[in-house]
This record gives sequence, structure tokens and C-alpha cells, in this order.
Amino acid sequence: MLLITCPWCGDRDEPEFSYGGQAHVPYPADPEALDDEEWARYLFFRDNPAGPYAERWVHTAGCRRWFNAVRDTRTNRFTAFYPAGAPRPVDGGGAS
Amino acid sequence: MSAEARRGAERQAPAAAELPDDLWRNPEPKGSYDAVVVGAGGHGLATAYYLAKNHGITNTAVLERGWLAGGNMARNTTIIRSNYLWDESAAIYEHALQLWEGLADELGVDVLFSQRGVLQRVRESTRRVQANRLNGIDAEWLTPEEVREACPILDISASTRYPVLGATFQPRAGIAKHDYVAWAYARAADRLGVDLVQNCEVTGFLRDGDRVAGVRTTRGDIRAGLVGMAAAGRSSVLADTVGLRLPVQSHPLQALVSELLEPVHPTVVMSNAVHVYVSQAHKGELVMGAGVDQYNGYGQRGSVHVIEHQLAAALELFPVFARARVLRTWGGVVDVTPDASPVVGLTPFENLYVNCGWGTGGFKATPAAGWVFAHTMATGAPHELNLPFTLERFTTGALIDEHGAAAVAH
Repeated sequence: MLLITCPWCGDRDEPEFSYGGQAHVPYPADPEALDDEEWARYLFFRDNPAGPYAERWVHTAGCRRWFNAVRDTRTNRFTAFYPAGAPRPVDGGGAS
Repeated sequence: MSAEARRGAERQAPAAAELPDDLWRNPEPKGSYDAVVVGAGGHGLATAYYLAKNHGITNTAVLERGWLAGGNMARNTTIIRSNYLWDESAAIYEHALQLWEGLADELGVDVLFSQRGVLQRVRESTRRVQANRLNGIDAEWLTPEEVREACPILDISASTRYPVLGATFQPRAGIAKHDYVAWAYARAADRLGVDLVQNCEVTGFLRDGDRVAGVRTTRGDIRAGLVGMAAAGRSSVLADTVGLRLPVQSHPLQALVSELLEPVHPTVVMSNAVHVYVSQAHKGELVMGAGVDQYNGYGQRGSVHVIEHQLAAALELFPVFARARVLRTWGGVVDVTPDASPVVGLTPFENLYVNCGWGTGGFKATPAAGWVFAHTMATGAPHELNLPFTLERFTTGALIDEHGAAAVAH
């Protein structure tokens, strides 16, 4: 079970949280300009690395707020927790 | 011999005695092949076998980073069925089921395919039964009393939180012995001249413009006319090395077995109301699984609360399991697509083909996945059965959404 640090509530067990997949995937700036292939990329394709991954979590059974984390998908070790909207931390984003 | 007596005899049969002594060679990889298949799991082995058997392509290598059939082939719960909702899915899984029915004769090894039926408590059950029947699949609707006849240890009383209101039943569905399936395909492919190379990780691709001309491996470069990826949970990692993005996410999927028990469970039961699937293996252990862990992960392990949840579900269905003990839990890495259907087809790179995205349901599809992927590689065009399952569907929008119809998972 993962131990997850909510930026507002602190350390809590994983069952309190829901997963939101890859972080930092912006809605298309000019949606009407996208062709079918580009829409497919936006809707259905996400990074899937074996290694550090910036991902979204929501504290469903707590404060119900979204935030981001960087976790190594091979070891499950978290290296950063930060509020939604903040950029991925440079120093916490890559170490495994 | 009654069905019950036959099952008892199956369980008592000494497993090792049924396997031939000679399985396959362990050749050094050559510098060049007509075809290379990446991944010696069930799908990769079946692909190599049907490339040789159906298409005469025998100068083939199957390259495996670990040991043969040590990934999801060794970690699944071996359920085989074809009662999917949509026409496209029913067609490919039913093709698989028909191949399963002749597999022991085809490969010359008993793979312990046991058609004990699969019983499912699902939403929209009668709708799915009708859809299945229209596709020629043996689907039945069972009332609670009939459910109890099919599986006497199921609790059908009204006092449970989610009472059993009925179930779908596919009599031809069942389970098989996963190791024997892999080894049978491996042995048959080896006999046809296929090189099975273990401890040989593919780390990249040899490129000639937009054409793939071979693979880079931990044991040197290997040139190949055709390259097929059958890497399941590691498909994204492999495809990334050539700049190909796949619509899959890799998740842990856990399963568990109990200690060995006397035969108590004659069929396979799946429930998505309480989220678990259960059968009893030939040796006697109860085999259970549920859904994926929610996060992406490559660690071949998951979170313990997922196991706890599926055991709670199993106890609701089978109060008699309260005194059984968990012997072992484990995890695999499954590649899940947005529509819970696989991807089998061409890629933007000439000579590079992809078979991935089977998610939690790949084992049952093994013969058909190999059959259609071999066809796709050999002819350069999809078989009619995997034509709806190519990468293009994510651009056209013709998704095959099996989330709801696939019961718990697959």
C-alpha cells in the first residue's frame, strides 16, 4: 500500500486517494484547430514510463483536492508532492 | 465417468508425467532472421508457432528478456471464455475458444483445458446473453436456484449485501494449465525450426528510415525482415525506443491462491457486484483475482488493500472460504487501453507490428492472438478478426468499449 503525502492533509494511506493518471496534460489551446489524429493524441495517448512519472492524485476521502506527485513506477518511491497548477519540481522530479 | 469423477481424476493425475522430456533447444541467436517476435509469453510463442504452421515462416526467433513464459503467462488466473458483448470481441475470443478446444491435439501436449463453465454475475446480464446468442456463443441465463446447482457453495440467500439475482453461464468456458500451454506452443514452434532465445532483452530497433530492419538486444544486433512486438506490460517501454507511442497504461494486476483443498468448487465464478473471480485449480488451490491497482506500475506487485478487498468479496460469495488460508499472492504488469480492447495491427513503421493492450484478459485469447498476429505479420495486413482492433480506431473513434461487458475484468 502506498503512503501518500497530501499537500494539505499530510501522510495518509492510499485507499483515501484516487488516481488521475499523467499530470501536466493541458487542454488544447486551440481545440478547433486540431485534426482527428491530434484529438486522438490528446484523448487516448499518455506517457507510460518505467521510471519517474509526474501523476495526479485526488484526496477523495479527505480534503477532496487534486494535487500532483512524482513517483518512480518501478519502485513506487515518491520524490515530490506539489499542488495542482504548480510546475514539476526540478530537484524532485528525476531521482530514483 | 461422471463429470465430477473426471475432475477428480484430473486433479490426481501426476502433472509432470504428462509433459514430454524434450521441450526445446536453447540456441544462440543468429545475426539475422526472416521474423523476430519480441516476448516469449503465450502470445509471442503462439505467434511464432502460427507463423511457421500457417504461413511457412520458420526462420524465426522469439526473444525474451527473462525466462520463457515468466511474465503474465505465469501470473494470470487462466480463465477462458468468449462471452463478450460486442460483435468484434465475441468474434476474436470465440475464435480463440474454438482453437482451445482443439489445442491439445494440435500441439500434441495435454494443456489440461477443462470446460467447466464460467458463471458471471454482471450488470445487464440478460442483454449480454442475448447478444452472445446472436453471435452463436453458448450463453445461458441461470436463476438463483440454477446458480446453486451449478456451484453449490455459492451463497444465494437473500441476507447478503448483494443477493444473487441470477447469472450468465457459458458452459464451454473454463480454465487451462498456463505453463503447459506456453510449453506446448514453445515445443511445437521449436520443432518447426523457431529459435527460442531467453535472457535476450530487446533494447531498441535497427532503423532504415521509416522501415524497421531488426532489433538491438543485450546479446547483439539481430536483423529481421519482420518484427512483431508481443511484450504486454512492457510494450510502451519497448515502443518508446523507436518513438512509437501506444494508447496503453501499465498497471499492476494481482492474484492469489489458497492452500490446497479438496474439490469444492466445480466451475468458475466471476462477480463484478462484489469484485472477484474464483476457480479451483487442478491441484486443488483456489485461484482468485480482481481488478488492477489504480496507479501505473512496473514493479510486478501491488497494494495489499486490493487483496483484502477481493478476499472480502470472495467471502461474501463463498462463506465456506472463511476457513481457507492464503498461500501466496503475486502481481503482474498489464497494459490497459482506454476501451479495454486490445491493439493488434500495423504501426507507422514498415515491417514493425504490434500486439498489445490485452490488459487483464490476454491469456484466454492466446491462440487467437497468435493466429491473427501471425497473419498480420506474414501478409502485411490485418486478419478480418483483428481489423477492428488496429491502432487506427483511436483516430477514427470506432472504439470497442468492453469495460462494462467484461464483468470484473476479463
